[in-house]
Amino acid sequence: MAVVELNNVAKRYPGSGSKGAAANAVDDFNLITRDGEFIVLVGPSGCGKSTTMRMIAGLEANTGGEIRINGRDVSQVAARDRDIAMVFQSYALYPHMTVFDNMAFALKLKKYPGEDIQKRVKEAAEVLGITALLDRKPRALSGGQRQRVALGRAIVRSPQVFLMDEPLSNLDAMLRVDMRAEIIKLHRKLKVTTFYVTHDQTEAMTMGERIVVMKDGRIQQIDTPNTLYHCPANLFVAGFIGTPSMNFLKMTLGQHGMMLTGPTARLLASPERQDLSNHRGQTLWAGIRPEHLRPTDADDCAALLTGEVDVVEPLGAVTMVQMTVDGHRITAQLDGDTRVSIGDTLTLTCDSDQLHLFDTETELALPRTHAMSTTTV
Amino acid sequence: MEPKRSIGLAVVGWLVALIMFFPILWMILTAFKTEQTAFSMTPQFIFSPTLDSFRTALDQGAGYWHYALNSAITSVISTLIGLALAIPAAYAMAFFPSKRTDFTLVWMVSTKFIPAVGVLIPIFLVYKSLGLLDTDAGLIMLFAAMNLPIMVWMVYSYFKDIPRDIVEAADIDGAGTLQTMVQVILPLALPGLASTGLLALIFAWNEAFWSLTMVDHNAATLAPFIASFKSAEGLFWAKMSAASVLTVTPIIVLGWFAQRQMVRGLTFGAVK
Repeated sequence: MAVVELNNVAKRYPGSGSKGAAANAVDDFNLITRDGEFIVLVGPSGCGKSTTMRMIAGLEANTGGEIRINGRDVSQVAARDRDIAMVFQSYALYPHMTVFDNMAFALKLKKYPGEDIQKRVKEAAEVLGITALLDRKPRALSGGQRQRVALGRAIVRSPQVFLMDEPLSNLDAMLRVDMRAEIIKLHRKLKVTTFYVTHDQTEAMTMGERIVVMKDGRIQQIDTPNTLYHCPANLFVAGFIGTPSMNFLKMTLGQHGMMLTGPTARLLASPERQDLSNHRGQTLWAGIRPEHLRPTDADDCAALLTGEVDVVEPLGAVTMVQMTVDGHRITAQLDGDTRVSIGDTLTLTCDSDQLHLFDTETELALPRTHAMSTTTV
Repeated sequence: MEPKRSIGLAVVGWLVALIMFFPILWMILTAFKTEQTAFSMTPQFIFSPTLDSFRTALDQGAGYWHYALNSAITSVISTLIGLALAIPAAYAMAFFPSKRTDFTLVWMVSTKFIPAVGVLIPIFLVYKSLGLLDTDAGLIMLFAAMNLPIMVWMVYSYFKDIPRDIVEAADIDGAGTLQTMVQVILPLALPGLASTGLLALIFAWNEAFWSLTMVDHNAATLAPFIASFKSAEGLFWAKMSAASVLTVTPIIVLGWFAQRQMVRGLTFGAVK
């Protein structure tokens, strides 16, 4: 168990940028974990999340900043001396060794006594339900079983830190959901500080105690899943977290009131939620999550989005509806029994405290008012 | 592929194989002929075979076993030395490539572009002053150096096939360079190393240029043995062929047995 501290960590590849300039794969990464925390690094491919994890592992050297595990700066320490375990996307099992030997490899290298190795491997195998497979070679295992062996190889060592690099992405959808739950259970049991890399925001939201959202080598936001969902720091996080993605409309905030207007759309901002004072008369990005939109037939609402329905997807419990409002594609998640068909004109509304506003220049969320920042989460 | 085309390809394949095999067939046939039939201008495929030439070649005076022992010593030891040098070189290039790795590989192989005669005089003079002429040690060094570029290249390509993740996993599991090499990389590359070793062995066994120029009798291998049947009194085709058959048989038998052990695909199942 350990506290991992990343201070201004950077990775710069010489000459890989445009015109031979150095490109930063990771820049100014700052994070201090709690002991035993489950941290998820998420972002689109190429955002630097895997590079960050490889730097923590010691597989790649950080070119800037420092990485501390329990206070010790490990930047110059070889991977094998960092006392971390890693689960690879490809599992990276040793193909010429049995499952037992795969799991025992690290223990043998550390010269554990034979009985101790036997005991530890058996315990780990029991936890993961792979006791029956101990004599097999990796090629005789299914994808799910290999995944378990890879996890087993990591947990027998009781390392300071677990690193998991997209460990579930080679599994089929059903198995992935099962393994997800299993990894969370395992983490609750072992309480080892864990870094988990994924590009799948659903995985991130369901597993992470805290989530680091990254883009272009930079941290966009570090927060709990709940805060990311309710108070995204910028346009990117707002669009990346949540399925289906948040809807965005370009609208103008009135000179005096709280009214946002587009060519046809009208929305009402909440001054309790965000500080509007500096943005009067400005054009802003308004964001509304599909699940916060609901149909209305009245004209009396202050918030109205009207458009023609393009796509209707009944999913049973909910019906997904797509329509175009002022040139923006809007997705709404409506009740399953909502009766709409393609070509209908639909009017939607939402509560003003579900509305997110972003500066069009900086793409940052408008500053939250004090009341909001303490009550949410 | 269409069946017609594959038949056509098979015919071409067989034809090429036959053309390549014909000299070997001729050598084997000639070995069983008398010197008269061997020298006859009209090629004869049907004749009464005789073992006379083999008897002469294996005769005490010819000294087959002396030459064969030299061949075995030089080719086996040069192959082992070659592997011992090629493995670490290939390891560095495959798993820790630098900007110059590609260049280094090409540069190493480019040494094979030089005709051996081009470096004959300098090497001969160096060997002479070092007292390495006509010694097994001298030939071993030449064979190892001669095979090294191709061995590095081959081992490199086999190492490249090993997923990097596995090497990194070993690193994280706490294995040092030597442990990773011995416990992970070498077992995985074993079929490839065996093929590389076998190829080097064949090249060294069959080597003629240096074996004929750098040795007299002490360290003479089977190539000078064959050549010894071309004497001032004239060519002895049948005896020379018998000597050739005796020379190539061990290596062909070895290669045939070893090839069956070299089943690839050991890495299957490591990564998805």
